[in-house]
Amino acid sequence: MPEFVQFLISGLTVGAVYALVALGFTLVYNASDVVNFAQGEFVMLGGMVTVFLTAAGVPLPLAAVLAVCVSVIVGLLLYWLAIEPARDASPVTLIIITIGASILLRGAAQILFDKQFHKLPSISGDTPVHLLGATVQPQSFWVLGGTAAIVILLYVFLERTVIGKAVLATAANRLAARLVGINTATVMALAFGGSAAIGAIAGILITPITLTSYDVGTMLALKGFAAAMLGGMGNPIGAVAGGLLLGLLEAFGVGYISSTYKDAFAFIVILLVLFAMPQGLFGRRTVERV
Amino acid sequence: MTILAAKDIGISFGGIKAIDGVSFEVAPGQILSIIGPNGAGKTTLFNIVSGVYNRDHGSVELDGEDVTGLPPDRLAARGLSRTFQNLQIFQRMTAAENVMVGRHLRERCNLLAELFRLPSVTRQNAETRDAALALLDEVGLRASADVAAGSLSYGACKRLEIARALAAEPRVLLLDEPAAGCNPVETEEIDELIRRVAAKGIAVVLVEHDMKLVMKISDRILVLNRGKPIADGAPREVRDNPAVLEAYLGKHGAREAARA
Amino acid sequence: MLQKIGHRYLTLIVLAAIVAVLPAIFPSSYYFRVASLVWVSALAAIGLNVLMGQAGFFGIGAYAVAIGPAHFGIPPWAALLIGCVISGVLAYLVGRPILRLKGHYLAIATLGLGVLVALVLTTESRWTGGPDGMPVAKLVLFGWRVSGSDTWYWITGGLLVLGTWLALNLNDTPTGRAFRALHDSEVAARVAGIDVARFKLQAFVIAAVYASVAGSALALMNGFINPDQAGFLHSVELVTMVVLGGLGSVVGSIVGAAVLITLPQVLTVFQEYEHLLLGFIIIVSMIFMRDGIVPTLSRALARRTQS
Repeated sequence: MPEFVQFLISGLTVGAVYALVALGFTLVYNASDVVNFAQGEFVMLGGMVTVFLTAAGVPLPLAAVLAVCVSVIVGLLLYWLAIEPARDASPVTLIIITIGASILLRGAAQILFDKQFHKLPSISGDTPVHLLGATVQPQSFWVLGGTAAIVILLYVFLERTVIGKAVLATAANRLAARLVGINTATVMALAFGGSAAIGAIAGILITPITLTSYDVGTMLALKGFAAAMLGGMGNPIGAVAGGLLLGLLEAFGVGYISSTYKDAFAFIVILLVLFAMPQGLFGRRTVERV
Repeated sequence: MTILAAKDIGISFGGIKAIDGVSFEVAPGQILSIIGPNGAGKTTLFNIVSGVYNRDHGSVELDGEDVTGLPPDRLAARGLSRTFQNLQIFQRMTAAENVMVGRHLRERCNLLAELFRLPSVTRQNAETRDAALALLDEVGLRASADVAAGSLSYGACKRLEIARALAAEPRVLLLDEPAAGCNPVETEEIDELIRRVAAKGIAVVLVEHDMKLVMKISDRILVLNRGKPIADGAPREVRDNPAVLEAYLGKHGAREAARA
Repeated sequence: MLQKIGHRYLTLIVLAAIVAVLPAIFPSSYYFRVASLVWVSALAAIGLNVLMGQAGFFGIGAYAVAIGPAHFGIPPWAALLIGCVISGVLAYLVGRPILRLKGHYLAIATLGLGVLVALVLTTESRWTGGPDGMPVAKLVLFGWRVSGSDTWYWITGGLLVLGTWLALNLNDTPTGRAFRALHDSEVAARVAGIDVARFKLQAFVIAAVYASVAGSALALMNGFINPDQAGFLHSVELVTMVVLGGLGSVVGSIVGAAVLITLPQVLTVFQEYEHLLLGFIIIVSMIFMRDGIVPTLSRALARRTQS
């Protein structure tokens, strides 16, 4: 039983990061139909910028806030300089652009930072907490709590504020949104900035546990993308569910089956799910209009 | 001697009944037009009959055989072809190649022979191309045979789709708004083309908004409104049918038309 | 008639000419190696239909020629063919369910497949040498030990020309037209009688075999192979080549491969700024030549000759 709880908590913790990355993907995809492969780099930036700012003497809380700001600025620049100029291009072209951006950001990180692994101090110390017989790092609670807070805030924003409704409208039908006076360019910039912030916060929260380096973005993007697909592309609830599920699959797979094929479990299950449900777990079955 | 029969077709999208109990029959060489105000379900009906959508209830019979739920490619093999309201041209292929694709079912596909371009492949290609050129000639696009389809005018693309549909040598041809966006001269050409096709014994089912065309060439007309059939008969009967007038013009307009 | 044949094979002739003439301007064997890399990547890219997991099959082909001789004593050329068969069969088995997916779902499924292959290759270190890879025996053909970067240049160039010839042949045939049709409008292709599932599967299997051959060639050429060749990043690289060069055209794949392979080599001059510049160039190219290099240039050329 204690093992089970152990795997459950660690799975949910990692899953929370995947969920946030997937949420970032979903936000941008809904607003602009772009799959942003640079999403993982926002997580990297959150962790790395905080690390290097604290090393330069900036107090941790301030460094974290600044890191999020840097990430948001990068997200906005990505939108304005790389996505907006190519707005009429085909989806594949846009994906390649984001891949180019991801390479660029990684390259910049290599130069500005370094190639080492880095750690951040845990927010409330490292004394393990005992829960139902399992040993849990306190940082896990911060990760889970932070994720829950972000999801709730996002929900409130989208459903209860006017700007949030504008985002939803743009996601549903961009042309119609423009016709009713919504500034879709602003909405898209908001989506990019928002997803950058979400990614950065995820990075800051998880670095005390999993460390960070200039190239953590790649695998995270891939898994976050997979999680978003698993939950059904474009569905925020699906993204969070997909991310958590992915984390749990990995943890239980590693724990009960074998640790060598850790990354494989996730992909095998995703493939199987997609074979059975081509629209993902919560995806809407769309009918093609001809 | 019915070649295509749709019986009691029904389909819902979400909570909306897009089609509710529509039936029709066509005989070889007959021209049936399906008309109705926008949103009446005409294209949806086409999509069901041509296997693009799956209906909730009802059946489709082709030459006596139940073909309900068969995918479009199997229907094509049994002699049913269609064109699309929103053009589905192969943009990056030439006009001739578009029509050649239409002849796919008449061609033999042998991957190995094709990879090495054996003489049999070249010979078959030439035959297919000749057939395609003849069809392009019939729809008046012979001159644009080797032009990329994406650069043709809208009216030309409409005729190209018809040529592609005819390439499969169908027994039934479904035309979804073939004259949409065409000027009077082009519409006249489409009119003659449709008559020629029907004269060959092909059953033609037409969705159209151009009333002059519809009245001129149809043997029978089916009128849909909000997914339900409201009239079915010869052009003259349908034209004077008060329910039809009401559907198109509203109660007030219908009264005006009755007095006119 | 003659003019039409000329037009279809123009690409092939130009390519063959380039392959034949290029060595004359190569100052050192290093250039032969880079060019061979381009030929190999282009071969893998030609088969691509914007499925994203081709690197998995690339890896299978590469490891087949490594494992076959090392663990089973099979001669490398036979191992190459076995690699093709394994890739083809795997593609056939996995293809049916995978190809029912659309768009992004298809992309992640094929990517996931590639990642799974890479994982197996990394983990089964008894057979594959694990994450550090394993050496590959030299190719021996009729008693002749194939080695030397210039020899490999001709072999890979020859393979590319052959692969291009086959692909170009296929273009103007019922199968080729079916492929192109279902790319432009799946529903119209269906309505014309094309069994879309069957042809997608065929295209998938062909692409897998192309990638496998390319992978085998690379492994034999390098004398060494590691699991990165089958990994996610390599898949992404291959797709980028195709999109950069121009989707749906054989020439596009070759140009894309040429650009994406030689560019980093050129950029190593800038040392640490290599990735930064690479990413930047990709972004800018895609913004200004959004359909790919080849279509954009050929349109510009067409406009120039018209006026």
